[in-house]
Amino acid sequence: MKILVCISKVPDTTSKINFVDNNTKFDENGVQYIVNPYDEWYALVRALELVEASGGTVTTITVGTSSDDPTIRKALAIGANDAVRIDGEPTDSFFVAKQIFEYAKNENFDIVMTGKETINYNGAQIGGMLAELLDMPFVSLANKLDVSGTQATLERDVQGGIEVVEVDFPFVLSASKGMAEQRIPNMRGIMAARTKPLNVVAPTDHNKLTSVVKFELPAPKTGCKYLDPESMDELVELLHNETKVI
Amino acid sequence: MSVLVFVEIKNKLSKAAKEVITYGKNLGEVNVVTYGNANNEVLLEMGDYGAKNILVYRKINEPNDQVISKLILKAVDKLDAEFILLSQDQTGKSIGPRVAAKLEAGHISGAISFPEVSDNFTVKTNVYSGKAIAYVCVHSDKKVISILPNSIQPVENKVDASISEFEEDLGNGRIKTVDLKPLGDGIPLPEAELVVSAGRGLKGPENWGIVEDLAKSLGATTACSRPVADIGWRPHHEHVGQTGVAIRPNLYIAAGISGAIQHLAGVNGSKVIVVINTDPEAPFFKAADYGVVGDAFEVLPKLTSAINNFKASQR
Ligand SMILES: Cc1cc2nc3c(=O)[nH]c(=O)nc-3n(C[C@H](O)[C@H](O)[C@H](O)COP(=O)(O)OP(=O)(O)OC[C@H]3O[C@@H](n4cnc5c(N)ncnc54)[C@H](O)[C@@H]3O)c2cc1C
Ligand SMILES: Nc1ncnc2c1ncn2[C@@H]1O[C@H](COP(=O)(O)O)[C@@H](O)[C@H]1O
Repeated sequence: MKILVCISKVPDTTSKINFVDNNTKFDENGVQYIVNPYDEWYALVRALELVEASGGTVTTITVGTSSDDPTIRKALAIGANDAVRIDGEPTDSFFVAKQIFEYAKNENFDIVMTGKETINYNGAQIGGMLAELLDMPFVSLANKLDVSGTQATLERDVQGGIEVVEVDFPFVLSASKGMAEQRIPNMRGIMAARTKPLNVVAPTDHNKLTSVVKFELPAPKTGCKYLDPESMDELVELLHNETKVI
Repeated sequence: MSVLVFVEIKNKLSKAAKEVITYGKNLGEVNVVTYGNANNEVLLEMGDYGAKNILVYRKINEPNDQVISKLILKAVDKLDAEFILLSQDQTGKSIGPRVAAKLEAGHISGAISFPEVSDNFTVKTNVYSGKAIAYVCVHSDKKVISILPNSIQPVENKVDASISEFEEDLGNGRIKTVDLKPLGDGIPLPEAELVVSAGRGLKGPENWGIVEDLAKSLGATTACSRPVADIGWRPHHEHVGQTGVAIRPNLYIAAGISGAIQHLAGVNGSKVIVVINTDPEAPFFKAADYGVVGDAFEVLPKLTSAINNFKASQR
């Protein structure tokens, strides 16, 4: 079984979000980067479990600059066999998907995995775009994956329930919570990661179809109005008359 | 300039469908493409929100991602659509990117505003899990926009709608649905207007009755903090926050939740936040509109009976 896992780097979940240069750029000052949790905890770990059980390889792929290398090494430390980095700025989803497609189209992967979304861009776009470019089915928001031979059974969230689906290799999925448990890399993994291959590939030329022109922080709350636990009738009255939400 | 809206219709017109049609009406004359066997009366109701031409594809056996994407792409071709609009729900998340990639069109997922067109075409979306907002500019002629549920107020705007049946060969897609486990018929969290949520302060799953009672009185959907889902007190799909479901209801009531930054990230788009916590120093109060310093075991039942009294007085 040959699995490709798409990995991106995101600011640590405790990061304070600020912008510089007239609110056009993310302020990286003091920010720690981690592997996007959906890519690491769910996609990568499940991919590793599958090849540990029935053989195969797990390759990670990242569209990014050399500043992504530490998070890529983390994925190798957790257990991926090798990594590919396409040396480009990931500012547009179509550009990213196209780069991954150019690499993946000749590699005959059985399963291509992405996370449900990145926790910085929150696009939830790359998986579906990749599936279309590769002409494969896309199982989005999967929270369970089992494989038998060349057939996979998955569960995923849909409107109003959980759907169980079957699909033959090859296919693309986006992983959401439940697919696997987080793994902490051990010392041996971290040592091994240093010598595992991280292949840097030049990007191919593609249009960027979108760009962010500026950022904005949400308006801060004006302050909390405190109510006595005995005055719940008053709270209901405020919710009805003052803020009109009920 | 042609606008194509994709909606899914079961037996009634969903709020999400009304939101997307309203969005489309803001851009031009609205064409709708849908599938399935909803009756014409339900389809024509879309005219109340501005849908003019309704294309319906009646014969879909297995409405999977490949087939629905094909359906939309055929409709885009037929109408030479410039704007393709859908809801950023589970279906939208699997279809929108496919359609955009095929058309090489810029894709805005999770739009929370109408486009700004004075300078160039920009739309606001939530980024950094709701900790910030981005103004995204689309450079391509065709644009695929999915609208975040509960972000656009549906507006009635009656036009005379007409229905035409749409027949094309859509092929079969390879995903086969073998089972569907329903999660009750409550409103799913991303679309909910009212949400009641609880955290580790509730001490154990056996205490969730008071949370459910309040939700029931309000007609709200229930949610929880991450540790509560991780230890199995509540199902995973209730977990809200940065690594769970992101929500933006009109009202979010949080009991026994401390308000960690990762929790706030997924809920601070809520219009009004009520926090109930025994600890006056709990960080959540900083993000709250209304705060009650008190024991959830006492406050929740009191709030429930206050809601019940209020509802009774409204009748
Ligand atoms: C990478 C990462 C991602 C994360 N993602 C998420 C996420 O998406 N969503 C999320 O929720 N968390 C997330 N977390 C976890 C987060 O940091 C917090 O640990 C978590 O939100 C705390 O849950 P809690 O408030 O229920 O529990 P606690 O922090 O234990 O808080 C319990 C609260 O209940 C109060 N309390 C106790 N008894 C009562 C009572 N009788 N009545 C009223 N109040 C009472 C206490 O004062 C306290 O404030 C993430 C963490 C990490 C590291
Ligand atoms: N720059 C990138 N390089 C590789 N994979 C990425 C990149 N950005 C996003 N992805 C993958 O695509 C998923 C969805 O990302 P997004 O569409 O940005 O929300 C992520 O969870 C990753 O698996």
